[in-house]
Amino acid sequence: MVEMRDISKRFPGVLANDRVDLDVASGSIHALLGENGAGKSTLMHILSGLYRPDSGTMKVEDRTVSFASPLHAIRAGVGMVHQHFMLVETQTVAENVVLGDRRLGFRMDPAAIRDTVAGLGRESGLEIDPDALIWQLSVGERQRVEIVKMLHRGARLLILDEPTAVLTPQEADTLFDRMRGMAQAGRTLLFISHKLNEVMELAETVTVMRQGRVVDTVPKAQVSHRELVHMMVGSPVLFDVTVPPVQQGRKLLSLRNLRVENDRGQTAVDNLSLDLHQREILGVAGVAGNGQRELAEAITGLRKLQAGTIELDEFDVTGSNQRRMIDLGISWVPQDRQHTGTAPNLSIQENFDLKHYRSARRGPFLDRAGQSRRAAALLAKYRVAAAGRHQPVRLLSGGNLQKVILARELSTELRVLVAESPTRGLDVGAIQTVHELLMEQRSRGVAILLLSEDLQEVLSLSDRVAVIHSGRIMGILPRARAEADTIGMLMAGVVPEDMTT
Amino acid sequence: MTGSTASGTMPSGRLRLRLEARDQPGLLTHVAVSLLLLVAALLLAGVVMMVAGGNPLDVYRSMFGAGFGSKWGLNDTLVKMVPLTLASLGVALAFRMKMWNIGAEGQLLMGALAASGIALFAVPPDMPQWLALGLMAAAGAAGGAVWGIVPGWLRAQFGVNEIISTLMLNYVALSIVQFFVYGPWGERGFGLTPMFERNTWLPRLTEFADQWSALRGLTLHLGILAVPVAIVLLTILLNRTKFGFEIAMVGDNPDAARYAGVRLRRTMIIVMALSGALAGMAGMNEVSGVVHRLLEHISPGYGYTAIIVAWLGRFNPLAVAVVAFLFGGLIVGADEIQSAGISSLLQGVILFVMVSGNLLIRYRIRLRAPEMLE
Ligand SMILES: Nc1ncnc2c1ncn2[C@@H]1O[C@H](COP(=O)(O)OP(=O)(O)O)[C@@H](O)[C@H]1O
Ligand SMILES: [Mg+2]
Repeated sequence: MVEMRDISKRFPGVLANDRVDLDVASGSIHALLGENGAGKSTLMHILSGLYRPDSGTMKVEDRTVSFASPLHAIRAGVGMVHQHFMLVETQTVAENVVLGDRRLGFRMDPAAIRDTVAGLGRESGLEIDPDALIWQLSVGERQRVEIVKMLHRGARLLILDEPTAVLTPQEADTLFDRMRGMAQAGRTLLFISHKLNEVMELAETVTVMRQGRVVDTVPKAQVSHRELVHMMVGSPVLFDVTVPPVQQGRKLLSLRNLRVENDRGQTAVDNLSLDLHQREILGVAGVAGNGQRELAEAITGLRKLQAGTIELDEFDVTGSNQRRMIDLGISWVPQDRQHTGTAPNLSIQENFDLKHYRSARRGPFLDRAGQSRRAAALLAKYRVAAAGRHQPVRLLSGGNLQKVILARELSTELRVLVAESPTRGLDVGAIQTVHELLMEQRSRGVAILLLSEDLQEVLSLSDRVAVIHSGRIMGILPRARAEADTIGMLMAGVVPEDMTT
Repeated sequence: MTGSTASGTMPSGRLRLRLEARDQPGLLTHVAVSLLLLVAALLLAGVVMMVAGGNPLDVYRSMFGAGFGSKWGLNDTLVKMVPLTLASLGVALAFRMKMWNIGAEGQLLMGALAASGIALFAVPPDMPQWLALGLMAAAGAAGGAVWGIVPGWLRAQFGVNEIISTLMLNYVALSIVQFFVYGPWGERGFGLTPMFERNTWLPRLTEFADQWSALRGLTLHLGILAVPVAIVLLTILLNRTKFGFEIAMVGDNPDAARYAGVRLRRTMIIVMALSGALAGMAGMNEVSGVVHRLLEHISPGYGYTAIIVAWLGRFNPLAVAVVAFLFGGLIVGADEIQSAGISSLLQGVILFVMVSGNLLIRYRIRLRAPEMLE
């Protein structure tokens, strides 16, 4: 069905696809597996005409193709359902399905369209009320609309980018059934995933990607969990950080039997217990979306606990809000720098002071002179490259934005630091700085919880490594015994035999 | 999405910087652009008048003369400016936090109602004037505040869209005022209450004509002093206080504000209360300073015009007051040529031109980095 040869695609600063080959057999279910940032979406965007490759050739059904747009791709039978749906909220299902369909011309016959859409739904098992308005639908239903849309346009190859990420387990099961049905009916399905279990359940062939390259393509029947994990994570080269030996201090943060729900009301953190000590970096390794975000939000007071207790220095702080947790000395470097960590149109100085302004001893008034002094000092100390302290932070690069956040979070009297993917998307120099800052805090006695998808980072920095999967801690390994393979298995939710004893 | 975090380090950052610089031009550019758009609006409205068979030049000349051309005109303009400024400042405060309070009209009415209740029933004729006025101002602010707190609370607690709730409360407030002026407080079904006692009137300039004869006949009342006071207090609140900083945070990024420990619900409710209180003070000014009674049509739509004024003043207190002054003149001018239609036409066209002018500027900013489709 598809032959991609030597496909490369460079984005500023990253080689997202590096001479990739991909073959997909007609009528099969093919999985594209890899960690976040491996280049899976990019490759599929190339195949579906959204991006043009820098080099390489593609054949679809034995014809050499070069797509200038998704429209060309769909004419050749290739349709993609994106991670973010592209639907018009205020229009009906039927209208969305035919939206942009050039074959229809200017006039539309609503009744006929509705029948077609209903018919396609029945045929593929993806029934959906053609008259419903999109905004009334659940995420799972919207996904159906996207799929039906592609079928309506005549997709023979259907690409699904992390289709289960937004679904409940039940919805995911139904989707898998329908995918199998479509494959039996002769369509080809290519789905992206970083979840091993679903790849093992659904795929006939698996292509594993890592850092922009294809590691291998294997029939599912001939490969084990363990082998796939190894292909996914490889043997990471550790960062060059010196982890000075320190005397571990007393227990500072104690999480007991936490249960936390995500925004959709599903259990995201499940009966989780962890202890965090002074002068310790506890790394939490895990594939994105396994409860890390909810865990961080629970500790920092932003998310309600359904059950469990949090103790800070033997003091019960369960149920404290964000403001209280800040005052108690819990700093937080959130994963989402633009949307959570900073106010984009406010200045660097104001972002430095996002939390600190409250401690000014001036009654209801701001200490503006103090703010400027502090801002000037922090700007220099953290070497933020900016036009000045009044520049809005949205104009900063990722690395400098992260420096602003770190400067703010580390310049208080902190006791615990929750750091979520603190180096994600940064360049090498900035990564180095961030690592040094973390080490410095560790030496000063701060207890650090490092949540990161980057195994290399977790292994390089952590005194202990805890592995999270589906909101549960699968195991905790001391630095000396933390090996990439074992951790990779645990990240996939598989407990290796040598650990079960 | 990995792409979005990585984007900060990309060369498109350079491209973006150049384009986005436009959305924070200096004060001078602001003023220049605004004036240009104002001229464009006047031209556009002039075309409409010509099509309708009028002579825009004559219309504009007599309107301007009426609003700003004489002592009397200025007096009337300033009288209109008082409620307009107070209501607009309230709206601007809420808009700063992206609380789309379009209920200034209802808040103004409730303020007028509460102040009238005090004037009619709680003030004996021998009460000192300063005390009576103080009580009425407090009641006016409280009446407006309640009408702001309700939608603020609904939004904070249940996520009820404040645009809809504040709009609906405008109609509710009008009905309540109608009930009182036609019912229990009314005078023989004319839709108005009896005249208040003298000690509840805000003093007018003409009352000082004994000392300064030039003031004779001028109806401008002491409420005008509320304008500079409100501007100064609001400017301090927004720029110098911790609470003002929290408003700025929430207005820019509520998620970051929550992350920083701002109590969002509380902030929303307080801001809506203050916003409503300012509009309520406008209502108090009208009953106490202008008509000395409550009547059904106490406001010719000040609360709605305030939305336009706040917007045009870009939510900056001083700029809002300047725009309110101009709009006060516009209303007076429209009265002069006996056409409320012209006033609404102009207001509508000015808003339309200004807003689309802003949109055009913003739209250009979005034109960056075509590769970033994700
Ligand atoms: N539109 C883009 N602009 C710049 N960089 C991008 C863009 N899309 C992806 N990248 C980068 O390319 C790499 C691969 O990303 P992606 O294909 O989304 O990975 P995956 O889907 O496997 O998680 C990442 O480093 C990502 O930051
Ligand atoms: Mg992806």
